[in-house]
Amino acid sequence: MKNFTDKTNISAKDCNLYYGDFHALKNINVEIPERQVTALIGPSGCGKSTFLKIFNRMNDLVEGCRITGEYKIGDVNIFDKETDVNLLRKNVGMVFQKPNPFPMSIYDNIAFAPRTFGVKNRYDLDAIVEKSLRKADIWDEVKDRLKKNAVGMSGGQQQRLCIARALAAEPKILLMDEPTSALDPISTGKIEELVDELKKDITIVIVTHNMQQAARIADKTAFFLLGELIEFGDTEQVFTSPEDERTERYITGRFG
Amino acid sequence: MKNIHKFINVREKVMRGVFLFSAVFSILALATITVFLFANGIPFIAKTGVGKFLAGMKWAPLADQPSFGIFPMIVASLYVTALSVIFGIGVGLLTAVALYKFVPKKIVAPIRQVINLLAGIPSVIFGMFGMTVIVPFVRDYIAPTGVGYGIFSASIVLGIMILPTIVSVSSDALNSVPESYYEGALALGATKEQTTFKVMLPAAKSGVFAGVVLAIGRAIGETMAVIMVIGGSPELPESVFQSVRTLTANIAMGAMELTTDARAALIACGVVLFVFTLLLNVSFSFLKRDKTEKSAKKEKQKTAATAEEQVEFSQEESLQKTLNPLQAATLQEDTTPENKRRQRNTPDPQPYRTEKEGEEQ
Repeated sequence: MKNFTDKTNISAKDCNLYYGDFHALKNINVEIPERQVTALIGPSGCGKSTFLKIFNRMNDLVEGCRITGEYKIGDVNIFDKETDVNLLRKNVGMVFQKPNPFPMSIYDNIAFAPRTFGVKNRYDLDAIVEKSLRKADIWDEVKDRLKKNAVGMSGGQQQRLCIARALAAEPKILLMDEPTSALDPISTGKIEELVDELKKDITIVIVTHNMQQAARIADKTAFFLLGELIEFGDTEQVFTSPEDERTERYITGRFG
Repeated sequence: MKNIHKFINVREKVMRGVFLFSAVFSILALATITVFLFANGIPFIAKTGVGKFLAGMKWAPLADQPSFGIFPMIVASLYVTALSVIFGIGVGLLTAVALYKFVPKKIVAPIRQVINLLAGIPSVIFGMFGMTVIVPFVRDYIAPTGVGYGIFSASIVLGIMILPTIVSVSSDALNSVPESYYEGALALGATKEQTTFKVMLPAAKSGVFAGVVLAIGRAIGETMAVIMVIGGSPELPESVFQSVRTLTANIAMGAMELTTDARAALIACGVVLFVFTLLLNVSFSFLKRDKTEKSAKKEKQKTAATAEEQVEFSQEESLQKTLNPLQAATLQEDTTPENKRRQRNTPDPQPYRTEKEGEEQ
């Protein structure tokens, strides 16, 4: 099979997605640049999370979901028969809306992905765990209780743990599905800082309800409405001089 | 008039008595059985001596010098139970896992039905099946001794009998693990198998364990099917193909013929069995209580989380109102699949320092 290279720009061509008879995404064409943060905004139900989940093929789990179009990460076609979906998901990490640490120790949570992909050596695992936790800026908080159960942590800590867990797989792309919507402002701030730090190495696509957040952290912004991509461009341009009237109405909070 | 009132009063009192009696009837039954067992069994054990009874190697109630050692039968009971539970867990857990995500959804319900039917088959039929199918098979193809009756055949028959318990309890336990764990593990690149065995099963382990305890209780108490395939010699088991006698088999085999002391000895066997099953049931209800308490907590937090979400949604609703009606309608429709998934995604955040710390130590 074709392997994932360092090229991590994402492209979607003629993207259409159906849940049964329902046409959830309509003719979306987009080129997401590598090593930048791209925010997907829009009212809820507009299809932005659905769109995000195409790129690690989590929509495969949804019954009756049908996808057409061409999707590429670098040169790899995501839906190609030869593409190993597990390898794809290793390379395209995901952080969910609600933190979902496994009910096991902090250490085992982080070591889950490396173990899955065959790392057995204790020293290697220790190194990966520390590196990932440091990257997610949570090492100092948890280093003394790595053996404690992860579900005992606070929501913000859990979410950063989940980011660390995703990073431990050494992904080249990180998809974040409203990662701060269940968190308090301080935890949200920490995660935003983290995103800013991570984009040096990783392409990040983040779904957010919070427009200030998009303005703060995203290089590119895509505005979705009712399953269509209305506007896509540099964040500054989208927020200051949007081309489409609907975008302007949404970001200024004057809808309709 | 007065008389009618009196009549109604009396009738009410009588009915109350009837209801109360029905309510306590099972308690009475349990108490009577316990009293019967201990009143008859304990004096006998005392007379024979606890050591001689429990640790005695020879069971010969009708000999000139009667001997009432039940140690070989205790060992045989434990032996058969352990083997059948290993067999039952091996097959049952895999069945539960298969039903969880690995077989097409359409056939999950029929398979569960069939497994439940298995639970309804009378044990004597299992015994017949064991005698006519399993025993000859073991004799011809497996046992080096050339004898089919014994521990091995009994364990297989028992293993099949306890399958429904293990399958249904562990499959319920698996299904109650939050879906967000499943998605989380897949999103990290784990395969379906890795996800199920490394994340979902460990998360369901307390439920699975409760099922195993329940199954052990069933296996240790099973009598009829065991008698028909176990052989029956009251000897200390040395190999898995040996003919032995379990406590239950011993009681049932002797109950019709033995009298006086020998019969008291059987009742004493019953005491031992009773204590075993009592311990198992107590530990099962402990496990279960532990679990329900935990899920009650989860439920509480879930409602809290949903409330949060609702606030979020109500904000969006006001946004939707500002859209024109047609758009708003589509929007609402559009929300459903995602919403459903979101609700299923709800993890169970537990406040720091709850029972988890205790578990860790």
